[in-house]
Amino acid sequence: MKAVEIAKKVASGELTARSVVEQHLENIKNLETEVNAFNIVTTEKALEDADQIDARIASGETLGPLAGVPIAVKDNLCTRGLETTCSSKILEGWKPPYNATVIDKLKRADAILIGKTNCDEFAMGSSTENSAFGPTRNPHNLELVPGGSSGGSAAAVAAGFSPLALGSDTGGSIRQPAALCGVVGVKPTYGRVSRYGLVAFASSLDQIGPFAKTVSDAALTLEIISGYDPRDSTSISENSPEITKVLDEGIEGMRIGVIEELSGKGLDGISEDVLLRVEEATKVFSKAGAIVEPASVPASIYGLSAYYVIAPAEASSNLARYDGIRFGPRTEAATTAETMTATRTKGFGDEVKRRIMLGTYALSAGYYDAYYGKSQKVRTLIMNDFAKAYEKFDILISPTAPTTAFPLGEKTTDPMQMYLQDVCTIPSNLAGHPAMSVPFGLGKDGMPIGVQILAPALAEQNMFRAARVLELGNGEISE
Amino acid sequence: MVQRISREEVAHVARLAQLSLSEEELDSFTSQLGAVLDHAADLEALNVDDVEPSSHPIPLKNVLRPDEPIENFDIEEVFEVAPEIEENQFRVPPILGESQ
Repeated sequence: MKAVEIAKKVASGELTARSVVEQHLENIKNLETEVNAFNIVTTEKALEDADQIDARIASGETLGPLAGVPIAVKDNLCTRGLETTCSSKILEGWKPPYNATVIDKLKRADAILIGKTNCDEFAMGSSTENSAFGPTRNPHNLELVPGGSSGGSAAAVAAGFSPLALGSDTGGSIRQPAALCGVVGVKPTYGRVSRYGLVAFASSLDQIGPFAKTVSDAALTLEIISGYDPRDSTSISENSPEITKVLDEGIEGMRIGVIEELSGKGLDGISEDVLLRVEEATKVFSKAGAIVEPASVPASIYGLSAYYVIAPAEASSNLARYDGIRFGPRTEAATTAETMTATRTKGFGDEVKRRIMLGTYALSAGYYDAYYGKSQKVRTLIMNDFAKAYEKFDILISPTAPTTAFPLGEKTTDPMQMYLQDVCTIPSNLAGHPAMSVPFGLGKDGMPIGVQILAPALAEQNMFRAARVLELGNGEISE
Repeated sequence: MVQRISREEVAHVARLAQLSLSEEELDSFTSQLGAVLDHAADLEALNVDDVEPSSHPIPLKNVLRPDEPIENFDIEEVFEVAPEIEENQFRVPPILGESQ
């Protein structure tokens, strides 16, 4: 059931919050052993919260817009008193003394936290295989990955464990798993959603966003978690966008550009099925009255290279805090310096070590200008090219991921192959723009494909209007 | 192919990042980091001399908060998850001990 319907039925007394939570716990019980979407399922607390909501409704109280709706959140979002591990041994057992702002906002909306979801360690990866607690599997085919890094959140929604989930997106970590699992995934404009309490990976790129089965559920969730937060100094002062109101306004006259550089056959490793679906999406948009034309964002092809310098550079700095001194497990050694090295060596997995070293190298004397300095300039080029494209277009589209879900183990030994999964999603992070993935048909292998809709900063309304049109079109092609 | 990063450089970077690598890890990380840096070499062809760098997607100036007391973390909760504490302080091993 859709989150908006659950909330409506719970509020009217047609359904109890308890029965909603029990139903989802039942789904988890049946399939979680195979899928491994969660690091922790908060069974008892969720039932307690549900009973409280039912009691408040019984006493005539008016509840928030997500009354009784279960939500799963990625395990890199701080939850007070509840283990938050980032799927890393270095935070095993750590219970944050505070809530992320989004957690407080969800609570105020009367949503019910049902669990913390598995992810690539510290959100570094595109398959959820880099988790210290074992990989998550794609609910549509357990031999395949769910994508990543927010693979647990995407899988939880796809498997019916939770109608809603939150993830974080630094280079595509919400959109790519959404595409691979056949759900809606949104990366909002940088600064829309407070990052307070999101464990930092690359601070200038990280953004929290929703997963849902439908565009309207994603829109409602985004409205709830958005808004200025004085505790995040990069939070923007804009009010929450009013998206649900405009969802069904259609796209008559909207100018839509298909990014040639990310949708052409020249791009390495992009599959025919995916390109075909993007082409079909353009027909759906044209039929709905939009003007669809090819668009060019020339510097977008350099996004991947710039990203894999900038993100590791920021990560190497952000992850310096994990040293076993103030929190988390400690591997004791003779001196403090040796204790730090021993703790980090034992606590971090291979991919995190690779990125820390890559970033440390890119920032080190003699290489700074060639790598980090240059990548920052490329970031400017990408922003400029987007700005030029948006003079002609309201929104842009491209594939979300170059392929459908791939087998577990296929890319784990070749990091560069894994990184190529993010080629279409990275440019939006570098520019700070919103982008989302909408399920649109299946590939030859029967696995879901996502079409990416990109918009300029703060233009979530147009992005969602187009997403809604695509969602309706998807219903038609799969019938 | 140009070797982008040497085994010695990887070892040096690992030390800077306070990571200790085995001989096998040094080998595999050297080739894996090399592959990523090779990919990044496509940036070399770009002339960006006249381009301003962007460290951030939105224009930001220093962000200051009003100097007012706000609620802070519960000290008990903070120490509850600390590896070792003594008299309301984090306890660490000797900092001036002999390094091996």
